[in-house]
Amino acid sequence: MLKITGDKFPKMFEILSESMSVYLPVKRSDGKTEYKKWQEGDLWSDALNTERSAKDFFFPQSENLMKFKVEGKNIEVIDIRDENEDFVIFGAKACDVRSFEILDRVFLTEPVDSFYKNRREHAVVVTAACSKPQETCFCTSFDIDPINPVGDITLWREADAIYLEAKTEKGAALVEKLSEISEECDNTEVEAGKARTAKVFEKLPLKGLGNEKFGGGKTKEFFDSPLWAPLSEACLGCGTCTFVCPTCQCYDIKEFNTGKEVIRYRCWDSCMYSDFTKMAHGNNRNSQVERFRQRFMHKLVYFPENNEGIFGCVGCGRCLSKCPISMNIVKVMKALGGSENV
Amino acid sequence: MQKITREALIEKASSLLSNGTVTSVMGWKRGEFDYDVTPAVFETVEEMEKDFVWSDFCGANFSKYLVSKTQNSEGKILVFLKPCDTYSFNQLLTEHRFDREKVFAVAIPCEGMADISKIKAQVGEGIVEIEPKGENLLITTLYDEDKKAVNAADVLAERCVNCKSKKHVAYDELLGETGEIIDSNRFDEVARIEALTPDERFAFWQNELSKCIRCNACRDVCPACTCEKCVFDNPQSPVENKAPTNEFEEKMFHIIRAFHVAGRCTDCGECSRVCPQNIPLHLLNRKFIKDINEFYGDYQAGAEEGSRAPLVDYTFDDIEACDAVNRRDNNA
Amino acid sequence: MSMNEYKPLIVAFCCNWCSYAGADLAGNNRLNYPADVKIIRVPCSCRVNPMFVLRAFQRGADGVILCGCHPGDCHYTSGNYYTRRRMALLFSMLDYLGIERERTRVEWVSAAEGAKFAATMNDFVETVAALGENKRLEDLRCKK
Repeated sequence: MLKITGDKFPKMFEILSESMSVYLPVKRSDGKTEYKKWQEGDLWSDALNTERSAKDFFFPQSENLMKFKVEGKNIEVIDIRDENEDFVIFGAKACDVRSFEILDRVFLTEPVDSFYKNRREHAVVVTAACSKPQETCFCTSFDIDPINPVGDITLWREADAIYLEAKTEKGAALVEKLSEISEECDNTEVEAGKARTAKVFEKLPLKGLGNEKFGGGKTKEFFDSPLWAPLSEACLGCGTCTFVCPTCQCYDIKEFNTGKEVIRYRCWDSCMYSDFTKMAHGNNRNSQVERFRQRFMHKLVYFPENNEGIFGCVGCGRCLSKCPISMNIVKVMKALGGSENV
Repeated sequence: MQKITREALIEKASSLLSNGTVTSVMGWKRGEFDYDVTPAVFETVEEMEKDFVWSDFCGANFSKYLVSKTQNSEGKILVFLKPCDTYSFNQLLTEHRFDREKVFAVAIPCEGMADISKIKAQVGEGIVEIEPKGENLLITTLYDEDKKAVNAADVLAERCVNCKSKKHVAYDELLGETGEIIDSNRFDEVARIEALTPDERFAFWQNELSKCIRCNACRDVCPACTCEKCVFDNPQSPVENKAPTNEFEEKMFHIIRAFHVAGRCTDCGECSRVCPQNIPLHLLNRKFIKDINEFYGDYQAGAEEGSRAPLVDYTFDDIEACDAVNRRDNNA
Repeated sequence: MSMNEYKPLIVAFCCNWCSYAGADLAGNNRLNYPADVKIIRVPCSCRVNPMFVLRAFQRGADGVILCGCHPGDCHYTSGNYYTRRRMALLFSMLDYLGIERERTRVEWVSAAEGAKFAATMNDFVETVAALGENKRLEDLRCKK
């Protein structure tokens, strides 16, 4: 295990930035945290979670795919892909890092999404273990270990120092670069910190939330539940939950005519929107109840059914704090699971 | 801390349900935590006893729900309206957006709602319990042995700090007392921005609007936005999009969103409350309200049912568009 | 691009009944105004939705001007009165967002005012040219 003391953080980011871009959580002017490309003077914020999830790094809200130019009877198709730069996602939390695994299952299975794959290959993920979970956290309900998270490198922050452990070759190469500012150490501090954090996790209000009731093969059990109507009653049909969610992966492909050429781009879409998956015949989910049901069934039933039991939720709690009407997956799981009346 | 009690509201609902005046009640429902309250429809007193909430976190404005709730229902629905909600209620009535006959409106006084972000900024994250006590809220967190007291007045939502009116402008029945229209400072922040240089104003809004993720929550919660099909959702319109693909689209969406409700926006503040990115959207709406007041005389949308909105009205000697923009400098 | 070569692109929404005829008259009288003014004929200045103005900027306009009948002379009685309120609020909002106020204008030009039309356009083009390219309401995708 390697130790880097707080006074060397700026140096650390400087070293890393020499060969690649470093993205890290930084406090915004309104006190909220957002990923930002490191520049001199930026301070790493160890706030629990960023406002937007880390999925943006691999699956940005909008990205151009190609261009068309029409001249006379000719249509020229222009590939506008750039070679991706290498980059580091520094300080992502266990929940967001699990979301990459979920997105991989969507974008890296055949047919492989080359845009996604390209970014994924150029990234090094430095995962920060959680030490200060919030009341909205429930990642443990989805078998995530926030204290010993996965990633290319895992880091623990204790007092004014970080402790690093490389988990992959990519990670080892990165740690190598930091040799001049790091020192070897044992894991006494880290273990003490883990024990302390584990106690906080014991106290979390959503700790008991289990996933046993859900999973593949439960479509019939839940699809026609009378609870969907009251649960979705107040739903505004906005896209907040989907857009802050680290695992929501639906997108639309659209075109923009600039007057000179046509740009084909993709952008996030939300199953909460009335024109989601709209086709020539119309829309296949016409009411908000159906759209609402789709979102939660996808995360809790359809996704695990197609992905060896992996759930489409990582328990980051963003939807809990962001939904305008405070309806969220926890309430849905409790209601459908029978532990709460609706 | 609210003066009227939860019990008083349940008692009122109970009597109206039992004498058949209403068949359902639109109210706030208990969540996982004290602050995540969800709008819900209750049909029995038992349901209300169990889950109905009236607290400093009942900010949701129910007026817009009446559009859909009165469309398919047979019976009457009871709706609780805070003073600011009554303005939206009136505005929707003015626009004939719901069936007044199917609504029984109970006006309730409001002492202002708390903003959970402000509480978190004061006591930190990990809030598991919030208990009102006198002027204070006692906060229990995961990280402190003792409860922390915060003064409710210090954590009031921005819209409540600058509350425009404690007066109820529409209701069937009033619980408790109604208040007065308040001479608030709600335009101070707009005036502050107006006084900046164009470069500073541009930088300010560029920074704010670039946070937008186009979740449409501001639009979808807005009681003035009740179009069946929004122009931004209509594939036939040239501006339909699901993402702000660049800075222009961020600005266009917010200018047009605010413009579409100009003269109809009652300044209820729901847009800023729900924004997941904390963009001060009310400052766009208030700019229009301030301009309308200055150009065409004071007008409060929703204050009077049936009043004519300033953008569908005119006088022969209205200010010219270019003079309107230059006016502030001339006054200065 | 040097300043000498820079020519602003102006979109002028002209009311069919007065300003468009005014532009015609300017042409008949061989009055000069820059060819960078692209006229879009509308049935009434009131037809112009705030979105039209924004879209013009998106598509590369450096300035947008609305020309309608003088107040009191609207072919449809009151259209231009609504235009006046609408644009006062829109322009004020654009100014609030830090967009140069000189890029937008409303002028009343009658069918008999060919000279005023030309003078207005000359003046507007000059004003916008002095500001330079529209950067604050541009859509980079639509630029070269």
